[in-house]
Amino acid sequence: MNPVPGIFRILPEVVLTLTGVLVMLLDATLPPHWARRPLGWVAALGTTLALWSSLFQLSLPEGTGFYGTIETSAFTVFFHVLICGIVLVALLLSLDTLPEKSHHQGEFYALIVFGAVGMCLLTGAVELLLVFIALEISSIAIYVLAGYRKHTARGPEAAIKYFLLGSFATAFLLYGIAMIFGATGTTQIYEIARLVPAAQNHAFILAGLGLMLVGILFKVSAAPFHVWTPDVYEGSPTPVVALMSTAPKAAAFALLLRVVYEMLPTLRPVWQPLLWVVAVLSMTVGNLAALRQQNVKRMLAYSAIAHAGYLLAAFAGLGTSGIAAASFYTAAYAAMNVGIFAVVTLVSGYDEKLPLIDDYRGLIYRSPLLGSLLIFFLVSLIGIPFTGGFFGKFYSFAAAVGGGAIWLAIIGLLNSGLAAAYYLRLALATAQRQDESVSKSTAPEPQVGVAVIAALLLAVAVTLFLGIRPNWALDAAESGAHTLQAPPAEISAPGSAVQPQTQP
Amino acid sequence: MNEINNSILTLILLVPLAGAVLVALVPDRFKLPNWIALATTLVTFGLTLHLPAHFDKTQSGFQFVIDIPWIQSPAIHYHVGVDGLSLWLVVLVGLLAPIGVVASWNAIRERRKLFFTLFLVQQTAMLGVFLSLDLMVYYGFWELSLVPMAILIAMYGRKDGPKAALKFFLFTFIPSAPLLVAILWLYAVTGSFDFTTLQILIAHGNFPAGALFWAALAFLFAFAVKVPVFPLHGWLADTFSEAPVALTMVVAGKLGLYSMLRFHIGLFPAQARAMAPLLVGLAVVGILYGACLALVQRDFWRLMAFAALSHLSLITLGIYGLTLTSWDGAIYQILNHGVVDGALFLLLGVLYDRYTTSQINAYGGLAAKLPRTAMFFVIASLAMIGLPILGGFVGEFLILLGTFTGVSHGWAIAATLGVILGAAYMLWLVQRLFFGPESALASSKPPEDLRVSQLAVLWPLAALMLVMGVAPMLWLPTIEKGAHPPPVHVQTINLSSEGEGQR
Repeated sequence: MNPVPGIFRILPEVVLTLTGVLVMLLDATLPPHWARRPLGWVAALGTTLALWSSLFQLSLPEGTGFYGTIETSAFTVFFHVLICGIVLVALLLSLDTLPEKSHHQGEFYALIVFGAVGMCLLTGAVELLLVFIALEISSIAIYVLAGYRKHTARGPEAAIKYFLLGSFATAFLLYGIAMIFGATGTTQIYEIARLVPAAQNHAFILAGLGLMLVGILFKVSAAPFHVWTPDVYEGSPTPVVALMSTAPKAAAFALLLRVVYEMLPTLRPVWQPLLWVVAVLSMTVGNLAALRQQNVKRMLAYSAIAHAGYLLAAFAGLGTSGIAAASFYTAAYAAMNVGIFAVVTLVSGYDEKLPLIDDYRGLIYRSPLLGSLLIFFLVSLIGIPFTGGFFGKFYSFAAAVGGGAIWLAIIGLLNSGLAAAYYLRLALATAQRQDESVSKSTAPEPQVGVAVIAALLLAVAVTLFLGIRPNWALDAAESGAHTLQAPPAEISAPGSAVQPQTQP
Repeated sequence: MNEINNSILTLILLVPLAGAVLVALVPDRFKLPNWIALATTLVTFGLTLHLPAHFDKTQSGFQFVIDIPWIQSPAIHYHVGVDGLSLWLVVLVGLLAPIGVVASWNAIRERRKLFFTLFLVQQTAMLGVFLSLDLMVYYGFWELSLVPMAILIAMYGRKDGPKAALKFFLFTFIPSAPLLVAILWLYAVTGSFDFTTLQILIAHGNFPAGALFWAALAFLFAFAVKVPVFPLHGWLADTFSEAPVALTMVVAGKLGLYSMLRFHIGLFPAQARAMAPLLVGLAVVGILYGACLALVQRDFWRLMAFAALSHLSLITLGIYGLTLTSWDGAIYQILNHGVVDGALFLLLGVLYDRYTTSQINAYGGLAAKLPRTAMFFVIASLAMIGLPILGGFVGEFLILLGTFTGVSHGWAIAATLGVILGAAYMLWLVQRLFFGPESALASSKPPEDLRVSQLAVLWPLAALMLVMGVAPMLWLPTIEKGAHPPPVHVQTINLSSEGEGQR
């Protein structure tokens, strides 16, 4: 069998990088008075190309490239497609909602694309140092995007908060990697998986696992590492929130799956109870806090924390079922969350003149399209059947029940009942009869353009599709789970540089 | 003919859905949404009538079955079918839907498109609940039925819609969490969501008894809130006083009661038997409590809510009496209650639309001005009370007989007391609304009696009450088939060699 050229293993990342560079160069060289909006279309085109090239990777034999540092498999392709899809929606959304005159528009698009590079790398990396680098690439892009509204007080606050706490978290991750390297003498994930059962320094490995979990759980905003979420979501531009509440989380969950199921499956008795506790905490804290919110974005931030909890419930599942459930949930969650943030962007506008739940009162009469879409996404977030949110929860809790964690499923489903209260509050406000006192001046007609329609259609279609025909996505998630369960026989393509080192 | 029989249930589910889509697409002019909704519900009703016409009464078990794999993993099938238990309930839902449309004809004046779209979606969900034989599909329709209901209460409620909608939704959504866990657990243990497969496996399998008990309890809890059974009735009064008339008549009780029969007793006969004494007790308390509260209400929607609590508790008593007689009575009473409630709510809706108040005190002396309204209201009230030769008598009599002979004399006597109280509050309501001196409210509006469309609905309903009262043999044979295997013959669970068959 011919070895697959390494370049094919990172094709989507290469396409995305070239797109980002192109956008940035064009931004710098085009005359200043030219509109920068077409650059967004360039970025969207590049992302679509990356999505296709990732699908092309399915035809490659599963394996690793670049000296055993990066892998392509059904698992990575699943997450690549997901991430590229989210980025595409976020770009389309930004195209219509960024103000015409905003500065550094080109950079905005370029940063989104560069962030996507990091996230895609993260899902494919099987070498802990590459994991760290990928995480940094994606994080730094998002830190900058979070502070994009420089003229407001909240923007820089969000960016600094996210940056400081995020740096701490990545430091934890790095420290964990160092611990594991110390115990096993390697940073290659398959090698670690092979060496851990025989390793002497069990304490180092446990400490490494704990520290890595802190870093990753921060990124997925699971309680008790969630405190940054509401402030950052509130301060960042809403299209960016649509992106950062879904894509980096999807990537981080892919990493978490890889770490616990592929790198340290033998430590299941250790990480499973830990994740159990974190799942319960996240759901409960997220939902209880969300009940009290008046600001829509803060409410959705807490809801995101709760959803991280539902997703972590899947980790109680055994092997394939757990991985597949978690992957499916990531996709369903991403579709509905991107959708709802898109609606929120359109309703409250870039400057967020209408941030509160009360401002949504009577939305369905002002704008029937946005109102009904909002209700649709809320219904999916509640988890009503025939939407993606239902099957997400269904598979997740089914995996938990299958893994013997019945109480986790019960707590989770009771929580989803609790969550219905605040989702409904927003839905009912939307459907409430409008008071005559609310004049048109305070509630401007939302502008809906072609790009946004495309983005919304994509989100609605995927949410519905996952709710009515979940098979296709589940099959993809399951074949991904299989590849994650069984590491490829051929570790590296052209002669592994990371040879299994002798035990220290 | 055979092709129709093979796809009739899919048609029944698809027609209202297609109608909903159509209503959503047409412009809101010339009452187009109303006409399309009426046509859709009439066609659906016609389709549901196909079922009893071609139902083979000599066989027990499911007929018109469709079983198509929908999702491979987990194995969810689109599996639908009817038996004697669900047959007439499906027809009842079909019958009530056009009545609901007529009741909303003038009551809903704005945003008719949304109303009728959601109404038709709601109808699909209800039919789906009665037809599904796959637990996941069933659960899907069960949950789906909540959403249009909640939105309709919120948007078309009378005074404080959103609050009532929230209460309704949370009360019924949260208990379905344990239900889903129990379904998932059953799947994890057996690998099947299929009703008949699970029935056999549970009856013959080696399940840990404790776990089965908890699963049965989770099922029961979800259904008991939906019925509602005392003390889980907190949502009922608010929902009844806020919800549009069309929804109240369609939704009351049926889903929960049917689910108890099919999925609680049907799947867990031994556990249901163990829980039956508790439910019998709660049901009797509910009968008396509901009747007493109905006596003191000043608002007729709330009065009807507590009357419903009382009547639904009586049906619950019949179900958990676990005798063949009381089962027949319970199913018959569900049908009868649906018909009678449909008529009563239609009439109260007419009164409320004209006089815009539900305070009973404000009314009085309407009989002279609105003779037809008064006549139909009296007929329906008498049917509700259980006057012989009207439908209510048969159901109540069978339930009480079954309780008296099969459960205990004491409970039966207490329940009969509730029936007497029922006569008291209904007749008093009739007296306060229609007789006595003419109130200021009654003289404030010109006498305008029922319209032709309303008469066209009420005459058949009144006739139906009479036929149900004198000719129960038209219905009971099929119902008895549905009660087979009857709960009196429930086998104690066989833990012998057959346990190898599963997994």
